[in-house]
Amino acid sequence: MNAALLVILFFLVLCIWLGLQARKGKEMSMEQWSVGGRGFGSLLMFFLLAGEMFTTYTFLGASGGAYRAGIPPALYAFNCFYFVIAYWLLPPVWKYAKENKVISQSDFYEKKYNSQGLGILVAIISVVAVIPYLVMQLKGLGIIVSEASYGSISPHVAIVVGVIAITIYVTVSGMHGAAWTAIIKDILILAVMVFMGFYFTFHYYGGIQPMFEAIHTANTEFLLFPKQGLSISWFVSATIMTALAFYMFPHMMAGVFSAKSGKSLRINAGIMPIYQIIIVFSLLIGFSAVIQVPDLKGADTDLALFKMAKMSFDPWFVGVIGAAGAMAALIPSSLVLTATSTILSKNIYKVWKPNTTDQQLAKLTKMLVPFIALVTLFFTFNGGDSILTLYLMSYSFMVQLFPALFFSLWKKNPVTVQGAFVGMIVGSLIVIYSTIKEMSLATLFPSLPNVIKDLDLGLAVLIINIAVTLGVSVITRKSVARVEDDADISNPA
Amino acid sequence: MNKKIFVFVLTLIPAFGSLVVINRVEPYILGLPFVLFWAICWVGLTSLFLIIANKLDPASEEEENI
Repeated sequence: MNAALLVILFFLVLCIWLGLQARKGKEMSMEQWSVGGRGFGSLLMFFLLAGEMFTTYTFLGASGGAYRAGIPPALYAFNCFYFVIAYWLLPPVWKYAKENKVISQSDFYEKKYNSQGLGILVAIISVVAVIPYLVMQLKGLGIIVSEASYGSISPHVAIVVGVIAITIYVTVSGMHGAAWTAIIKDILILAVMVFMGFYFTFHYYGGIQPMFEAIHTANTEFLLFPKQGLSISWFVSATIMTALAFYMFPHMMAGVFSAKSGKSLRINAGIMPIYQIIIVFSLLIGFSAVIQVPDLKGADTDLALFKMAKMSFDPWFVGVIGAAGAMAALIPSSLVLTATSTILSKNIYKVWKPNTTDQQLAKLTKMLVPFIALVTLFFTFNGGDSILTLYLMSYSFMVQLFPALFFSLWKKNPVTVQGAFVGMIVGSLIVIYSTIKEMSLATLFPSLPNVIKDLDLGLAVLIINIAVTLGVSVITRKSVARVEDDADISNPA
Repeated sequence: MNKKIFVFVLTLIPAFGSLVVINRVEPYILGLPFVLFWAICWVGLTSLFLIIANKLDPASEEEENI
Protein backbone atom coordinates (compact mmCIF):
# COMPACT_ATOMS: atom_id res chain seq x y z
CA MET A 1 0.00 0.00 0.00
CA ASN A 2 1.59 3.27 -1.09
CA ALA A 3 0.51 6.88 -0.69
CA ALA A 4 -1.16 7.00 -4.10
CA LEU A 5 -3.39 4.03 -3.33
CA LEU A 6 -4.36 5.43 0.06
CA VAL A 7 -5.51 8.67 -1.54
CA ILE A 8 -7.60 6.81 -4.14
CA LEU A 9 -9.11 4.61 -1.45
CA PHE A 10 -10.03 7.68 0.59
CA PHE A 11 -11.96 9.19 -2.32
CA LEU A 12 -13.71 5.92 -3.13
CA VAL A 13 -14.93 5.64 0.45
CA LEU A 14 -15.99 9.30 0.37
CA CYS A 15 -18.08 8.64 -2.76
CA ILE A 16 -19.85 5.70 -1.20
CA TRP A 17 -20.46 7.65 2.00
CA LEU A 18 -21.97 10.54 0.02
CA GLY A 19 -24.13 8.10 -1.85
CA LEU A 20 -25.48 6.82 1.44
CA GLN A 21 -26.06 10.36 2.71
CA ALA A 22 -28.01 11.33 -0.42
CA ARG A 23 -30.34 8.45 0.25
CA LYS A 24 -31.27 9.57 3.76
CA GLY A 25 -34.74 10.98 4.28
CA LYS A 26 -35.94 9.86 0.88
CA GLU A 27 -38.09 6.89 0.28
CA MET A 28 -36.43 5.09 -2.59
CA SER A 29 -39.34 4.46 -4.91
CA MET A 30 -38.67 3.41 -8.46
CA GLU A 31 -39.17 6.94 -9.76
CA GLN A 32 -36.84 8.41 -7.11
CA TRP A 33 -34.15 5.85 -7.78
CA SER A 34 -34.22 6.09 -11.55
CA VAL A 35 -35.09 9.72 -12.40
CA GLY A 36 -34.64 11.47 -9.05
CA GLY A 37 -38.37 12.18 -8.75
CA ARG A 38 -38.23 14.40 -11.89
CA GLY A 39 -37.39 17.41 -9.75
CA PHE A 40 -33.79 18.31 -10.53
CA GLY A 41 -33.39 22.06 -10.98
CA SER A 42 -31.18 23.43 -13.70
CA LEU A 43 -28.05 23.59 -11.53
CA LEU A 44 -28.14 19.98 -10.41
CA MET A 45 -29.22 18.96 -13.91
CA PHE A 46 -26.27 20.80 -15.33
CA PHE A 47 -23.83 18.86 -13.20
CA LEU A 48 -25.58 15.62 -13.95
CA LEU A 49 -25.59 16.02 -17.73
CA ALA A 50 -22.27 17.81 -17.91
CA GLY A 51 -20.74 15.32 -15.51
CA GLU A 52 -21.57 12.68 -18.05
CA MET A 53 -19.16 14.42 -20.41
CA PHE A 54 -16.26 14.22 -17.94
CA THR A 55 -15.58 10.56 -18.20
CA THR A 56 -12.64 8.28 -18.65
CA TYR A 57 -12.78 9.47 -22.22
CA THR A 58 -12.01 13.07 -21.25
CA PHE A 59 -9.34 11.90 -18.90
CA LEU A 60 -7.49 9.16 -20.77
CA GLY A 61 -9.19 8.88 -24.16
CA ALA A 62 -8.70 12.46 -25.34
CA SER A 63 -5.14 12.72 -24.08
CA GLY A 64 -4.36 9.24 -25.43
CA GLY A 65 -5.90 10.13 -28.79
CA ALA A 66 -3.89 13.33 -29.11
CA TYR A 67 -0.76 11.41 -28.15
CA ARG A 68 -1.41 8.63 -30.65
CA ALA A 69 -2.72 10.43 -33.69
CA GLY A 70 -2.40 14.18 -33.13
CA ILE A 71 -4.93 16.68 -34.39
CA PRO A 72 -7.81 14.50 -35.71
CA PRO A 73 -8.80 12.88 -32.37
CA ALA A 74 -8.04 16.19 -30.66
CA LEU A 75 -10.60 18.11 -32.68
CA TYR A 76 -13.06 15.26 -32.51
CA ALA A 77 -12.96 15.47 -28.70
CA PHE A 78 -14.68 18.88 -28.68
CA ASN A 79 -17.81 18.06 -30.64
CA CYS A 80 -19.90 21.25 -30.49
CA PHE A 81 -22.49 19.51 -32.62
CA TYR A 82 -23.82 17.82 -29.45
CA PHE A 83 -25.20 21.04 -28.09
CA VAL A 84 -27.04 22.15 -31.18
CA ILE A 85 -28.72 18.74 -31.31
CA ALA A 86 -29.50 19.04 -27.60
CA TYR A 87 -31.07 22.46 -28.10
CA TRP A 88 -33.70 21.21 -30.55
CA LEU A 89 -34.11 17.57 -29.67
CA LEU A 90 -34.34 17.50 -25.90
CA PRO A 91 -37.18 19.92 -25.05
CA PRO A 92 -39.82 18.11 -27.16
CA VAL A 93 -38.60 14.74 -25.88
CA TRP A 94 -38.85 16.03 -22.30
CA LYS A 95 -42.32 17.48 -22.91
CA TYR A 96 -43.69 14.25 -24.28
CA ALA A 97 -42.07 12.28 -21.46
CA LYS A 98 -43.60 14.53 -18.83
CA GLU A 99 -47.09 14.43 -20.34
CA ASN A 100 -47.02 10.68 -20.68
CA LYS A 101 -45.18 9.77 -17.45
CA VAL A 102 -42.27 8.22 -19.28
CA ILE A 103 -39.38 7.17 -16.99
CA SER A 104 -37.07 5.25 -19.28
CA GLN A 105 -35.78 5.62 -22.79
CA SER A 106 -37.52 2.42 -23.94
CA ASP A 107 -40.81 3.71 -22.45
CA PHE A 108 -40.54 6.63 -24.80
CA TYR A 109 -40.48 4.43 -27.89
CA GLU A 110 -43.09 2.10 -26.44
CA LYS A 111 -45.58 4.92 -25.88
CA LYS A 112 -44.81 6.87 -29.05
CA TYR A 113 -45.31 3.84 -31.27
CA ASN A 114 -47.82 2.16 -28.98
CA SER A 115 -45.86 -1.08 -29.17
CA GLN A 116 -44.38 -3.05 -26.27
CA GLY A 117 -42.34 -5.03 -28.77
CA LEU A 118 -40.54 -1.89 -29.92
CA GLY A 119 -39.85 -1.01 -26.28
CA ILE A 120 -38.21 -4.40 -25.82
CA LEU A 121 -36.13 -4.05 -28.99
CA VAL A 122 -34.92 -0.61 -27.91
CA ALA A 123 -34.03 -2.01 -24.49
CA ILE A 124 -32.02 -4.85 -26.02
CA ILE A 125 -30.11 -2.59 -28.44
CA SER A 126 -29.35 -0.19 -25.58
CA VAL A 127 -27.96 -2.94 -23.40
CA VAL A 128 -25.75 -4.14 -26.25
CA ALA A 129 -24.55 -0.57 -26.88
CA VAL A 130 -23.92 0.11 -23.23
CA ILE A 131 -21.57 -2.85 -22.79
CA PRO A 132 -18.64 -1.43 -24.80
CA TYR A 133 -19.27 1.89 -23.06
CA LEU A 134 -18.95 0.28 -19.64
CA VAL A 135 -15.97 -1.76 -20.80
CA MET A 136 -14.33 1.53 -21.76
CA GLN A 137 -14.94 2.98 -18.29
CA LEU A 138 -13.71 -0.16 -16.53
CA LYS A 139 -10.61 -0.38 -18.68
CA GLY A 140 -9.89 3.21 -17.77
CA LEU A 141 -10.46 2.48 -14.11
CA GLY A 142 -8.14 -0.55 -14.31
CA ILE A 143 -5.41 1.52 -15.95
CA ILE A 144 -5.77 4.30 -13.40
CA VAL A 145 -5.65 2.14 -10.28
CA SER A 146 -2.88 -0.16 -11.45
CA GLU A 147 -0.74 2.73 -12.70
CA ALA A 148 -1.28 4.66 -9.48
CA SER A 149 -0.26 1.61 -7.47
CA TYR A 150 3.09 1.64 -9.36
CA GLY A 151 2.41 -1.85 -10.63
CA SER A 152 1.72 -3.49 -7.26
CA ILE A 153 -1.90 -4.07 -8.28
CA SER A 154 -2.49 -5.68 -11.67
CA PRO A 155 -5.08 -4.05 -13.98
CA HIS A 156 -7.26 -7.16 -13.66
CA VAL A 157 -7.41 -6.97 -9.88
CA ALA A 158 -7.99 -3.23 -10.14
CA ILE A 159 -10.91 -3.74 -12.49
CA VAL A 160 -12.51 -6.30 -10.18
CA VAL A 161 -12.18 -3.90 -7.24
CA GLY A 162 -13.66 -1.16 -9.41
CA VAL A 163 -16.65 -3.28 -10.34
CA ILE A 164 -17.34 -4.04 -6.70
CA ALA A 165 -17.10 -0.35 -5.81
CA ILE A 166 -19.45 0.68 -8.62
CA THR A 167 -21.96 -2.00 -7.73
CA ILE A 168 -22.12 -1.03 -4.07
CA TYR A 169 -22.35 2.61 -5.00
CA VAL A 170 -25.20 2.22 -7.49
CA THR A 171 -27.17 -0.16 -5.35
CA VAL A 172 -27.22 2.16 -2.37
CA SER A 173 -27.84 5.47 -4.04
CA GLY A 174 -29.27 5.43 -7.57
CA MET A 175 -29.69 8.81 -9.27
CA HIS A 176 -29.51 11.03 -6.17
CA GLY A 177 -26.07 9.87 -5.10
CA ALA A 178 -24.72 10.32 -8.59
CA ALA A 179 -25.84 13.94 -8.84
CA TRP A 180 -24.03 15.12 -5.73
CA THR A 181 -20.84 13.14 -6.12
CA ALA A 182 -20.74 14.40 -9.72
CA ILE A 183 -20.06 17.90 -8.40
CA ILE A 184 -17.10 16.84 -6.29
CA LYS A 185 -15.79 14.80 -9.15
CA ASP A 186 -16.00 17.69 -11.61
CA ILE A 187 -14.17 20.10 -9.31
CA LEU A 188 -11.43 17.58 -8.63
CA ILE A 189 -10.98 16.72 -12.31
CA LEU A 190 -10.97 20.35 -13.36
CA ALA A 191 -8.28 21.25 -10.84
CA VAL A 192 -6.08 18.28 -11.66
CA MET A 193 -6.35 18.65 -15.43
CA VAL A 194 -5.72 22.39 -15.55
CA PHE A 195 -2.71 22.00 -13.29
CA MET A 196 -1.19 19.14 -15.26
CA GLY A 197 -1.90 20.76 -18.61
CA PHE A 198 0.03 23.88 -17.67
CA TYR A 199 2.71 22.13 -15.63
CA PHE A 200 3.75 19.67 -18.32
CA THR A 201 3.85 22.21 -21.12
CA PHE A 202 5.82 24.79 -19.13
CA HIS A 203 8.08 22.42 -17.20
CA TYR A 204 9.17 20.29 -20.15
CA TYR A 205 8.94 22.74 -23.03
CA GLY A 206 8.88 26.22 -21.54
CA GLY A 207 5.45 27.10 -22.91
CA ILE A 208 2.58 26.06 -25.13
CA GLN A 209 3.95 27.36 -28.41
CA PRO A 210 7.45 25.91 -27.90
CA MET A 211 5.82 22.53 -27.25
CA PHE A 212 3.79 22.57 -30.45
CA GLU A 213 6.77 23.86 -32.39
CA ALA A 214 8.90 21.01 -31.07
CA ILE A 215 6.24 18.50 -32.10
CA HIS A 216 5.86 20.12 -35.49
CA THR A 217 9.62 20.00 -36.07
CA ALA A 218 9.81 16.34 -35.07
CA ASN A 219 6.89 15.36 -37.33
CA THR A 220 5.44 17.87 -39.78
CA GLU A 221 2.32 15.72 -40.34
CA PHE A 222 1.30 15.38 -36.70
CA LEU A 223 -0.49 18.70 -36.24
CA LEU A 224 -2.55 18.40 -39.43
CA PHE A 225 -5.38 16.28 -40.74
CA PRO A 226 -3.97 13.60 -43.07
CA LYS A 227 -5.26 13.14 -46.63
CA GLN A 228 -6.60 9.69 -45.76
CA GLY A 229 -7.44 7.59 -42.71
CA LEU A 230 -8.38 10.02 -39.93
CA SER A 231 -9.08 12.70 -42.52
CA ILE A 232 -11.40 15.70 -42.38
CA SER A 233 -14.11 13.51 -43.82
CA TRP A 234 -13.70 11.11 -40.88
CA PHE A 235 -13.84 14.01 -38.44
CA VAL A 236 -17.07 15.48 -39.83
CA SER A 237 -18.89 12.14 -40.09
CA ALA A 238 -17.74 10.82 -36.70
CA THR A 239 -18.71 14.12 -35.06
CA ILE A 240 -22.23 14.08 -36.50
CA MET A 241 -22.72 10.39 -35.69
CA THR A 242 -21.60 10.80 -32.08
CA ALA A 243 -23.79 13.85 -31.55
CA LEU A 244 -26.88 12.09 -32.87
CA ALA A 245 -26.17 9.02 -30.73
CA PHE A 246 -25.26 10.90 -27.56
CA TYR A 247 -28.74 11.55 -26.27
CA MET A 248 -30.07 8.14 -27.29
CA PHE A 249 -28.22 6.49 -24.39
CA PRO A 250 -30.60 5.30 -21.68
CA HIS A 251 -28.74 7.23 -18.99
CA MET A 252 -28.73 10.45 -21.00
CA MET A 253 -32.47 10.18 -21.56
CA ALA A 254 -32.95 9.52 -17.87
CA GLY A 255 -30.97 12.70 -17.23
CA VAL A 256 -33.23 14.60 -19.64
CA PHE A 257 -36.37 13.26 -17.98
CA SER A 258 -35.20 14.42 -14.57
CA ALA A 259 -35.25 18.06 -15.78
CA LYS A 260 -37.86 20.51 -14.51
CA SER A 261 -38.61 22.31 -17.78
CA GLY A 262 -37.81 22.44 -21.46
CA LYS A 263 -36.26 25.84 -20.97
CA SER A 264 -33.75 24.50 -18.44
CA LEU A 265 -32.66 22.00 -21.07
CA ARG A 266 -32.09 24.76 -23.64
CA ILE A 267 -30.11 26.81 -21.13
CA ASN A 268 -28.06 23.71 -20.44
CA ALA A 269 -27.29 23.30 -24.12
CA GLY A 270 -25.93 26.83 -24.09
CA ILE A 271 -23.78 26.47 -20.98
CA MET A 272 -22.39 23.03 -21.56
CA PRO A 273 -19.89 23.91 -24.31
CA ILE A 274 -18.00 25.95 -21.70
CA TYR A 275 -17.42 22.68 -19.88
CA GLN A 276 -15.68 21.32 -22.97
CA ILE A 277 -12.82 23.75 -22.40
CA ILE A 278 -11.35 21.26 -19.96
CA ILE A 279 -10.60 19.04 -22.94
CA VAL A 280 -8.03 21.60 -24.05
CA PHE A 281 -6.00 20.65 -20.97
CA SER A 282 -6.42 16.96 -21.58
CA LEU A 283 -5.08 17.53 -25.09
CA LEU A 284 -2.13 19.57 -23.83
CA ILE A 285 -1.25 16.66 -21.56
CA GLY A 286 -1.47 14.23 -24.47
CA PHE A 287 0.64 16.42 -26.73
CA SER A 288 3.22 16.99 -24.02
CA ALA A 289 3.77 13.23 -23.84
CA VAL A 290 4.52 12.92 -27.55
CA ILE A 291 8.18 13.83 -27.17
CA GLN A 292 8.65 12.93 -23.48
CA VAL A 293 7.37 9.32 -23.54
CA PRO A 294 7.57 8.40 -27.21
CA ASP A 295 7.36 4.61 -27.06
CA LEU A 296 3.74 3.73 -26.18
CA LYS A 297 1.93 1.60 -28.77
CA GLY A 298 -1.65 0.43 -29.44
CA ALA A 299 -4.01 0.40 -26.46
CA ASP A 300 -1.09 1.47 -24.21
CA THR A 301 -1.34 4.97 -25.70
CA ASP A 302 -4.17 5.58 -23.23
CA LEU A 303 -1.48 5.46 -20.53
CA ALA A 304 0.15 8.65 -21.82
CA LEU A 305 -1.29 10.84 -19.07
CA PHE A 306 -0.15 8.54 -16.27
CA LYS A 307 3.32 8.00 -17.67
CA MET A 308 3.76 11.77 -17.62
CA ALA A 309 2.34 12.11 -14.12
CA LYS A 310 4.53 9.41 -12.61
CA MET A 311 7.60 10.85 -14.24
CA SER A 312 6.88 14.28 -12.77
CA PHE A 313 5.14 14.04 -9.38
CA ASP A 314 5.31 12.48 -5.92
CA PRO A 315 3.21 9.36 -5.30
CA TRP A 316 0.60 11.18 -3.19
CA PHE A 317 -0.19 13.55 -6.04
CA VAL A 318 -0.33 10.67 -8.50
CA GLY A 319 -2.93 9.36 -6.05
CA VAL A 320 -4.98 12.55 -6.33
CA ILE A 321 -4.87 12.28 -10.13
CA GLY A 322 -5.83 8.63 -9.82
CA ALA A 323 -8.76 9.50 -7.56
CA ALA A 324 -10.02 12.11 -10.04
CA GLY A 325 -9.73 9.55 -12.82
CA ALA A 326 -11.37 6.80 -10.79
CA MET A 327 -14.33 9.08 -10.11
CA ALA A 328 -14.49 9.98 -13.80
CA ALA A 329 -15.00 6.29 -14.48
CA LEU A 330 -17.15 5.50 -11.46
CA ILE A 331 -19.90 8.11 -11.69
CA PRO A 332 -20.83 7.87 -15.37
CA SER A 333 -20.72 4.08 -15.03
CA SER A 334 -23.10 4.26 -12.12
CA LEU A 335 -25.54 6.39 -14.15
CA VAL A 336 -25.31 3.98 -17.05
CA LEU A 337 -25.88 1.00 -14.77
CA THR A 338 -28.89 2.65 -13.11
CA ALA A 339 -30.52 3.43 -16.43
CA THR A 340 -29.71 0.08 -18.00
CA SER A 341 -31.03 -1.99 -15.15
CA THR A 342 -34.16 0.19 -15.12
CA ILE A 343 -34.96 -0.59 -18.73
CA LEU A 344 -34.11 -4.27 -18.30
CA SER A 345 -36.54 -4.68 -15.42
CA LYS A 346 -39.24 -2.27 -16.51
CA ASN A 347 -39.30 -2.73 -20.26
CA ILE A 348 -38.42 -6.39 -20.53
CA TYR A 349 -39.28 -8.18 -17.28
CA LYS A 350 -42.45 -6.24 -16.55
CA VAL A 351 -43.76 -6.86 -20.07
CA TRP A 352 -43.08 -10.54 -19.60
CA LYS A 353 -44.72 -10.60 -16.13
CA PRO A 354 -47.19 -7.71 -16.11
CA ASN A 355 -48.45 -8.21 -12.55
CA THR A 356 -45.06 -7.50 -10.89
CA THR A 357 -45.57 -4.89 -8.17
CA ASP A 358 -43.50 -1.73 -8.12
CA GLN A 359 -41.69 -2.89 -5.00
CA GLN A 360 -40.67 -6.16 -6.59
CA LEU A 361 -39.59 -4.23 -9.66
CA ALA A 362 -37.41 -1.87 -7.64
CA LYS A 363 -35.79 -4.85 -5.93
CA LEU A 364 -35.18 -6.62 -9.23
CA THR A 365 -33.70 -3.49 -10.78
CA LYS A 366 -31.11 -3.30 -8.04
CA MET A 367 -30.32 -6.99 -8.32
CA LEU A 368 -29.62 -6.56 -12.01
CA VAL A 369 -26.82 -4.08 -11.32
CA PRO A 370 -24.20 -6.65 -10.26
CA PHE A 371 -25.34 -8.94 -13.05
CA ILE A 372 -24.71 -6.34 -15.77
CA ALA A 373 -21.43 -5.49 -14.07
CA LEU A 374 -20.34 -9.14 -14.31
CA VAL A 375 -21.18 -9.36 -18.01
CA THR A 376 -19.12 -6.21 -18.57
CA LEU A 377 -16.26 -7.71 -16.59
CA PHE A 378 -16.22 -10.68 -18.95
CA PHE A 379 -15.90 -8.45 -22.00
CA THR A 380 -13.32 -6.21 -20.36
CA PHE A 381 -11.00 -9.16 -19.91
CA ASN A 382 -11.53 -10.38 -23.46
CA GLY A 383 -10.71 -7.41 -25.63
CA GLY A 384 -7.70 -5.24 -26.35
CA ASP A 385 -9.16 -2.14 -27.97
CA SER A 386 -8.22 1.43 -27.23
CA ILE A 387 -10.67 3.69 -25.44
CA LEU A 388 -11.49 5.66 -28.59
CA THR A 389 -12.34 2.44 -30.48
CA LEU A 390 -14.72 1.27 -27.76
CA TYR A 391 -16.26 4.71 -27.62
CA LEU A 392 -17.02 4.75 -31.34
CA MET A 393 -18.37 1.18 -31.24
CA SER A 394 -20.82 2.00 -28.49
CA TYR A 395 -22.03 5.11 -30.29
CA SER A 396 -22.45 3.27 -33.60
CA PHE A 397 -24.99 0.99 -31.92
CA MET A 398 -26.77 3.75 -30.10
CA VAL A 399 -27.23 5.96 -33.14
CA GLN A 400 -29.43 3.27 -34.71
CA LEU A 401 -32.22 4.39 -32.38
CA PHE A 402 -32.10 7.93 -33.70
CA PRO A 403 -34.34 7.73 -36.82
CA ALA A 404 -37.37 6.31 -35.01
CA LEU A 405 -37.11 8.94 -32.28
CA PHE A 406 -36.49 11.81 -34.64
CA PHE A 407 -39.42 11.05 -36.94
CA SER A 408 -41.74 10.42 -34.01
CA LEU A 409 -41.33 14.08 -33.01
CA TRP A 410 -42.80 15.26 -36.30
CA LYS A 411 -46.38 16.49 -36.29
CA LYS A 412 -47.30 13.63 -38.56
CA ASN A 413 -44.93 10.73 -37.94
CA PRO A 414 -43.96 9.23 -41.32
CA VAL A 415 -42.59 6.07 -39.66
CA THR A 416 -44.69 3.04 -38.82
CA VAL A 417 -43.94 0.55 -36.06
CA GLN A 418 -42.83 -1.96 -38.67
CA GLY A 419 -40.53 0.61 -40.25
CA ALA A 420 -38.94 1.46 -36.90
CA PHE A 421 -38.46 -2.25 -36.13
CA VAL A 422 -36.84 -3.22 -39.40
CA GLY A 423 -34.64 -0.10 -39.53
CA MET A 424 -33.25 -0.66 -36.03
CA ILE A 425 -32.66 -4.37 -36.57
CA VAL A 426 -30.96 -3.95 -39.94
CA GLY A 427 -28.79 -1.10 -38.60
CA SER A 428 -27.73 -2.99 -35.48
CA LEU A 429 -26.97 -6.21 -37.39
CA ILE A 430 -24.69 -4.36 -39.79
CA VAL A 431 -22.87 -2.76 -36.86
CA ILE A 432 -22.45 -6.14 -35.13
CA TYR A 433 -21.25 -7.81 -38.32
CA SER A 434 -18.79 -5.06 -39.18
CA THR A 435 -17.47 -4.95 -35.62
CA ILE A 436 -16.79 -8.69 -35.58
CA LYS A 437 -15.22 -8.63 -39.04
CA GLU A 438 -13.37 -5.40 -38.21
CA MET A 439 -14.63 -3.81 -41.38
CA SER A 440 -14.64 -0.20 -42.42
CA LEU A 441 -15.75 1.47 -45.63
CA ALA A 442 -12.10 1.44 -46.71
CA THR A 443 -11.79 -2.36 -46.43
CA LEU A 444 -15.17 -2.88 -48.11
CA PHE A 445 -14.72 -0.55 -51.06
CA PRO A 446 -10.99 0.08 -51.48
CA SER A 447 -11.50 1.79 -54.83
CA LEU A 448 -13.75 4.60 -53.59
CA PRO A 449 -12.32 8.12 -53.20
CA ASN A 450 -10.89 8.88 -49.76
CA VAL A 451 -13.62 11.38 -48.98
CA ILE A 452 -16.13 8.51 -48.87
CA LYS A 453 -13.81 5.74 -47.67
CA ASP A 454 -12.95 7.58 -44.48
CA LEU A 455 -16.57 8.21 -43.48
CA ASP A 456 -17.43 6.87 -40.07
CA LEU A 457 -19.08 3.46 -40.41
CA GLY A 458 -21.76 4.28 -37.84
CA LEU A 459 -22.98 7.23 -39.89
CA ALA A 460 -22.97 5.18 -43.10
CA VAL A 461 -25.07 2.51 -41.39
CA LEU A 462 -27.38 5.22 -40.04
CA ILE A 463 -28.10 6.36 -43.60
CA ILE A 464 -28.99 2.77 -44.57
CA ASN A 465 -31.13 2.58 -41.44
CA ILE A 466 -33.07 5.74 -42.36
CA ALA A 467 -33.64 4.48 -45.90
CA VAL A 468 -34.90 1.11 -44.65
CA THR A 469 -37.06 2.71 -41.94
CA LEU A 470 -38.77 5.05 -44.38
CA GLY A 471 -39.03 2.42 -47.12
CA VAL A 472 -40.69 -0.17 -44.90
CA SER A 473 -42.94 2.55 -43.45
CA VAL A 474 -44.20 3.52 -46.90
CA ILE A 475 -44.95 -0.10 -47.78
CA THR A 476 -46.66 -0.94 -44.48
CA ARG A 477 -48.63 2.31 -44.48
CA LYS A 478 -49.96 1.49 -47.94
CA SER A 479 -51.01 -1.99 -46.96
CA VAL A 480 -52.68 -0.69 -43.80
CA ALA A 481 -54.48 1.92 -45.89
CA ARG A 482 -55.58 -0.76 -48.31
CA VAL A 483 -56.93 -2.98 -45.52
CA GLU A 484 -58.85 0.02 -44.22
CA ASP A 485 -60.20 0.72 -47.71
CA ASP A 486 -61.30 -2.90 -48.02
CA ALA A 487 -63.00 -2.65 -44.67
CA ASP A 488 -64.82 0.46 -45.85
CA ILE A 489 -66.06 -1.30 -48.93
CA SER A 490 -67.28 -4.39 -47.12
CA ASN A 491 -68.94 -2.23 -44.45
CA PRO A 492 -70.70 0.56 -46.25
CA ALA A 493 -71.95 2.94 -43.58
CA MET B 1 -43.02 32.34 -36.86
CA ASN B 2 -40.25 34.39 -38.46
CA LYS B 3 -38.62 34.59 -35.09
CA LYS B 4 -38.57 30.81 -34.90
CA ILE B 5 -36.77 30.61 -38.25
CA PHE B 6 -34.29 33.26 -37.15
CA VAL B 7 -33.55 31.27 -33.99
CA PHE B 8 -33.11 28.14 -36.07
CA VAL B 9 -30.61 29.84 -38.37
CA LEU B 10 -28.80 31.19 -35.32
CA THR B 11 -28.24 27.65 -34.03
CA LEU B 12 -27.19 26.41 -37.48
CA ILE B 13 -24.20 28.76 -37.52
CA PRO B 14 -22.23 26.90 -34.82
CA ALA B 15 -23.42 23.55 -36.20
CA PHE B 16 -21.68 24.26 -39.50
CA GLY B 17 -18.90 26.49 -38.21
CA SER B 18 -17.64 23.89 -35.75
CA LEU B 19 -17.39 21.32 -38.55
CA VAL B 20 -15.24 23.53 -40.76
CA VAL B 21 -11.59 22.55 -40.47
CA ILE B 22 -8.85 25.05 -41.28
CA ASN B 23 -6.06 22.58 -41.80
CA ARG B 24 -2.93 24.62 -41.12
CA VAL B 25 -0.41 24.86 -38.29
CA GLU B 26 0.59 28.50 -38.69
CA PRO B 27 -0.02 31.13 -37.43
CA TYR B 28 0.20 29.99 -33.81
CA ILE B 29 -2.36 31.85 -31.72
CA LEU B 30 -2.04 31.82 -27.92
CA GLY B 31 0.63 29.22 -28.56
CA LEU B 32 -1.81 26.86 -30.25
CA PRO B 33 -1.56 25.62 -33.82
CA PHE B 34 -4.19 27.42 -35.90
CA VAL B 35 -6.25 24.29 -36.60
CA LEU B 36 -6.63 23.70 -32.84
CA PHE B 37 -7.20 27.36 -31.97
CA TRP B 38 -9.99 27.58 -34.55
CA ALA B 39 -11.76 24.56 -33.05
CA ILE B 40 -11.51 25.96 -29.53
CA CYS B 41 -12.96 29.26 -30.73
CA TRP B 42 -16.04 27.44 -31.94
CA VAL B 43 -16.58 25.89 -28.53
CA GLY B 44 -17.00 29.40 -27.11
CA LEU B 45 -19.02 30.59 -30.10
CA THR B 46 -21.39 27.62 -29.88
CA SER B 47 -22.14 28.55 -26.32
CA LEU B 48 -22.69 32.19 -27.25
CA PHE B 49 -25.00 31.45 -30.19
CA LEU B 50 -27.10 28.99 -28.21
CA ILE B 51 -27.50 31.34 -25.25
CA ILE B 52 -28.64 34.15 -27.58
CA ALA B 53 -30.96 31.76 -29.40
CA ASN B 54 -32.56 30.74 -26.13
CA LYS B 55 -33.12 34.37 -25.15
CA LEU B 56 -34.96 35.02 -28.41
CA ASP B 57 -36.70 31.66 -28.66
CA PRO B 58 -40.50 32.14 -28.57
CA ALA B 59 -40.78 28.62 -27.06
CA SER B 60 -39.30 29.91 -23.78
CA GLU B 61 -42.06 32.54 -23.44
CA GLU B 62 -44.78 30.07 -24.36
CA GLU B 63 -43.65 27.73 -21.60
CA GLU B 64 -43.69 30.49 -19.02
CA ASN B 65 -47.23 31.43 -19.96
CA ILE B 66 -48.51 27.93 -19.29
